[in-house]
Amino acid sequence: MAYLDHAATTPMLPEAAAALTDRLGTTGNASSLHAAGRRARRTVEEARETLAEALGARPSEVVFTSGGTEADNLAVKGLYWSRRAADPARTRVLASPVEHHAVLDAVHWLGEHEGATVEYLPVDAHGRVHPEALRAAIARNPDDVALATVMWANNEIGTVMPVRALADVAAEFGVPLHADAVQAFGQLPVDFGASGLAAMTVTAHKIGGPYGIGALLLGREYSPVPVLHGGGQERDVRSGTLDVPAIASFAVAGRLAAERREWFAREIGALRDELVDAVRTAVPDALLGGDPSPSAEDRLPANAHFMFPGCEGDSLLLLLDAQGIECSTGSACSAGIAQPSHVLLATGTDPDLARGTLRFSLGHTSTREDVEAVAKAIGPAVERARTAGLT
Amino acid sequence: MTETTQRTRPLRVLAAMSGGVDSAVAAARAAEAGHDVTGVHLALSANPQSFRTGARGCCTIEDSRDARRAADVIGIPFYVWDLAERFREDVVEDFVAEYEAGRTPNPCLRCNEKIKFAALLDKALALGFDAVCTGHYAQVVTLPDGTRELHRASDMAKDQSYVLGVLDEKQLAHALFPLGDTVTTKEEIRAEAERRGLAVAKKPDSHDICFIADGDTQGFLARRLGKAEGDIVDESGTKIGTHEGAYGYTIGQRKGLRIGTPAPDGKPRYVLDISPVDNTVTVGPAASLDVTALTAIKPRWCGTAPSGPGTYTAQLRAHGGETEVTAELVDGELRVSFTEAVRGVAPGQAIVLYDGTRVVGSATIASTVRATAAV
Repeated sequence: MAYLDHAATTPMLPEAAAALTDRLGTTGNASSLHAAGRRARRTVEEARETLAEALGARPSEVVFTSGGTEADNLAVKGLYWSRRAADPARTRVLASPVEHHAVLDAVHWLGEHEGATVEYLPVDAHGRVHPEALRAAIARNPDDVALATVMWANNEIGTVMPVRALADVAAEFGVPLHADAVQAFGQLPVDFGASGLAAMTVTAHKIGGPYGIGALLLGREYSPVPVLHGGGQERDVRSGTLDVPAIASFAVAGRLAAERREWFAREIGALRDELVDAVRTAVPDALLGGDPSPSAEDRLPANAHFMFPGCEGDSLLLLLDAQGIECSTGSACSAGIAQPSHVLLATGTDPDLARGTLRFSLGHTSTREDVEAVAKAIGPAVERARTAGLT
Repeated sequence: MTETTQRTRPLRVLAAMSGGVDSAVAAARAAEAGHDVTGVHLALSANPQSFRTGARGCCTIEDSRDARRAADVIGIPFYVWDLAERFREDVVEDFVAEYEAGRTPNPCLRCNEKIKFAALLDKALALGFDAVCTGHYAQVVTLPDGTRELHRASDMAKDQSYVLGVLDEKQLAHALFPLGDTVTTKEEIRAEAERRGLAVAKKPDSHDICFIADGDTQGFLARRLGKAEGDIVDESGTKIGTHEGAYGYTIGQRKGLRIGTPAPDGKPRYVLDISPVDNTVTVGPAASLDVTALTAIKPRWCGTAPSGPGTYTAQLRAHGGETEVTAELVDGELRVSFTEAVRGVAPGQAIVLYDGTRVVGSATIASTVRATAAV
């Protein structure tokens, strides 16, 4: 088996799994005052400190959520509501068109139900938002912008955004900028404090932690309106009893992700480059999606995204799956029906070409054998998928 | 027999899974027989509804999930293929056009012909599969010389060979119907699904037309074709009522005519003829529905076309009985005479010819000859 879908989820690190199972037998609500509660709270706060350190943030800036989707929703909706409450003129939301659906659909919802005017920022052919584009959008009327949201790195095509420069532009106008850093954490140097971001989303299961736990890194001056109301946990921003074992496990994975980041970028990046070369050798007309630069400043080190002219991505998926190679088309689906990727369409890719995509995403368990398996299988698979054509 | 083929050579099989119990059990049986099975659900609607309404069949997201759940239990890969565009062109538009022309189409048959055993099969073969497997109740028999025959299912009550009568030998060579070989009641299939841990075991049967969500065919046609008021006339041509669109009627229909004045003889009146050209519906007594002969077009044969006239049994609608006919191919058209007159034969429907249990071929009914030369 060659598992090359780490961007969907990556195997848990043994250390993180141990941290999780160790605490599953321990009772304690972190909000309780008795000894069991204090013990749980200590675990949570230590985890918060560990994650803060791994992400260049202060502990108080870590707000635990159920994962990336919730953190994105909290940032986008919560900041919109709080900024609009402070000044009713602020109804414009600026978003990149290549966001994950957790951001894109939240933003769209604000437009449909909360009177927001959603404006999608232009991107270049690699799916990158340029600081000048953000400046131009805000400058049209700096007073009516509620927030801007641009992901740190794209989950499909791996393009890295100039986050620091974008945050500088936003800061000039006093506009909060949120970034979904779910894919960036562990692959790129993600430093919340140095980034200038108002809010940033991370999640555990993409870095070797458990499912169902994530965090919104939130600058201390921001008080987004909660999406979940209740017991007032997590700065009153996110209510709900804290998942102590998951948080402890997340912290272990987060610490290791930060410690191993350089190794990851170097070694997994080299493996990724081999995979790209192998695919291009086997299928000379395959097109690399996203930024062709292999530098981690431009492209996620573990991402390899291709377009195969005349193929349907689903056909390739089926054929590779039958060979024990697990990857993804990269695009979202509703009820499993493949839709051309909104990311590729935003970069101006021909819709027919956008149907023939494959995303290989490597991770901490990837090996040369995985790359060799792809090298062997991809040529015949593409040939066969071309015969089946585009239905 | 297919059983033998299955045992001797494992095939790469693509199982079409609607989300219903039959196709799930069919896929499970194919996998159990040792084939390398992959499940596929056909997305046939561009805007699928989230949940089933009533007992319709296979076009909702819920159905897709049921199919996926079954595939997971069987332990086979599962994909959803979007054939909505092909389905719309080849089945839905054909359905509307046929009604507009005053005929009565069978969309299930068209779907087998154009989608399951054409678009789907072609793609499957291109991707390296050997066969498409469905939950139809029919049998493919392989003769010693390798040729294939389509036969009625062992269980005549469940037989669906009628809607597969359009398949030619090449299509049959790549078709697998694991439910057709055994005499099985629906209850036994449900019990088998239950035993296999398939959650669809208790799912209600689908009927009606899958792309008409509420089961209201007339409403669907009215939305597509608009209202067009016209005359209802008797056999002498005298106007006795009005209708809101001739397409809304089917030959042999008795209910819903809303004719104020009773027939002179006091007997019920039936739709005898639909004429889209002058938007007229002709009604008359039951006796005038008797058909003694018909002409059918676009014949398709399972194997070689018969030369000269032959005697066959014929089936004229999906759940109809058998009737004896003599049929002959004349200038590419099928000329059929009935040994005994039959009632309610609607142009647009298929006539499927059988030799015993073997499907000989099928054709689309174009025109009929009535016993009383009334219309």
